[in-house]
Amino acid sequence: MKVLQHGQKHSVEFTLNGEEVEGFAEPRMLLSDFLRHEIGATGTHVGCEHGVCGACTVMMDGKAVRSCLTLAHQAEGREIRTIEGLETPDHEFNDLQQAFHENFALQCGYCTPGMLMTLSELASTGKRYTEAEVRDALSGNICRCTGYKEIVDAAMAVLGDKGQVAAE
Amino acid sequence: MKPAPFSIHIPDTIDEAVACLAEHGEEARVIAGGQSLMAMLNMRLAEPSILVDVSRLADLKKLEIGPDGLTVGAATTQAEVFHHPDLATHMPLVREALTHVGHIQTRNRGTVCGSLCHADPSAEMPLLLATLGGTVTLQSSSGTRTLSASEFQTGLLETAKQQGELCISAHFPSLPSSARWGFREIARRDGDFAIVAMACIADKGTVRLGVGGVSDAPTVEEWSDLSTADIPDALNRLAWKMGGTDDIHASARYRRELVRRIGQKLIEETLS
Ligand SMILES: Cc1cc2nc3c(=O)[nH]c(=O)nc-3n(C[C@@H](O)[C@H](O)[C@H](O)COP(=O)(O)OP(=O)(O)OC[C@H]3O[C@@H](n4cnc5c(N)ncnc54)[C@H](O)[C@@H]3O)c2cc1C
Ligand code: FES
Ligand code: FES
Repeated sequence: MKVLQHGQKHSVEFTLNGEEVEGFAEPRMLLSDFLRHEIGATGTHVGCEHGVCGACTVMMDGKAVRSCLTLAHQAEGREIRTIEGLETPDHEFNDLQQAFHENFALQCGYCTPGMLMTLSELASTGKRYTEAEVRDALSGNICRCTGYKEIVDAAMAVLGDKGQVAAE
Repeated sequence: MKPAPFSIHIPDTIDEAVACLAEHGEEARVIAGGQSLMAMLNMRLAEPSILVDVSRLADLKKLEIGPDGLTVGAATTQAEVFHHPDLATHMPLVREALTHVGHIQTRNRGTVCGSLCHADPSAEMPLLLATLGGTVTLQSSSGTRTLSASEFQTGLLETAKQQGELCISAHFPSLPSSARWGFREIARRDGDFAIVAMACIADKGTVRLGVGGVSDAPTVEEWSDLSTADIPDALNRLAWKMGGTDDIHASARYRRELVRRIGQKLIEETLS
């Protein structure tokens, strides 16, 4: 049985956006804080820290999860994707990011990384989604600025019937 | 909003997990999906000194769905159950209810057993365990026992699980093919905990209604030969029997009214 003692920092290793990363974390450190403060990947935002707002959403082994309700040590050996990993190899926006840009799907941008990481799980399935399904999927991400319409429009531009699914 | 310090123990087997719980007693707390516990730790509503992380314990990753029902291990996530190809065939009621359990992101980590152990009065999985007459299997260093939903569900955030016991799996029986079912809930927003949630099963002249969110634990009532004209009276009596309490989300009176009104619609649509 592996034991990680409190008050001490222990090594954590995982793949972040395709690259191996290593850092040190106390057992109680949240994955959100580990990404931001230990790795310096500040694209993942932190809003409520109790699982309600969705700003901290990242992908873990291909699934959207709340990084504020996940311990850094629970990411050990996993594949984590964050907003920093969405751009294309030529450093261009990917389809979802481009659609957000074109549809004015952000104002302050605080919720945007979480919105995009949730939608990335849908995009990775290659399926088509109805507006109702997209709205349901986004129910766990709160936006205080846009009123959601533009976000849903952007998502539908990529994931809807006429949309083009983002390449994974 | 940061947890107080704790150590993490990551057992490789169920035996190691229960030995660890036996050794550390009150100090230790099981973490499965963490979708309720992590929020409590972040808000320091809980300050255990040891977390026993069973979320990756292979022996708890069970998921069996067949004509007998659903058996789900304690490390199997709500999303894994939801995406199982046979769920819709054998357990359509569970499938419907799971769409109301939080959001994609919480279902990707949250477990069915964790929800049963957490025992929120509005939670959907405890409601279905009660309505379908399921069981929960617990293991400790002194053995294993299986409890019925009514034995297990003792109240608000409270179960019959003793200190040192690990929930290893839960079983939800399937419905006979003659049965009809329905599910409805009222929540302020999609994915929020329900104010009132209800599951209805009608089969061979009996109507069974499970209600979550009013009493401290799910309440199940069964009627035989319930005529349409009798429904309002039956629901009114059930609403008063459960009582309910006021909280920031809704008054007890409003909850009882939901039982009468949504209950009526649900029973009618299940019978029709
Ligand atoms: C934004 C948000 C919305 C939500 N909405 C809903 C909702 O609508 N409906 C709903 O039902 N839930 C909802 N939840 C809670 C749900 O997501 C949790 O998954 C569930 O309540 C607990 O499951 P878990 O696996 O995450 O357990 P954890 O959080 O890991 O544990 C919960 C409790 O159960 C104990 N426990 C867990 N597993 C075991 C075990 N195997 N043996 C012994 N004890 C154990 C823990 O010690 C702890 O006390 C929501 C959560 C969030 C963050
Ligand atoms: S910061 Fe994680 S859900 Fe709000
Ligand atoms: S753009 Fe400001 S919170 Fe969504």
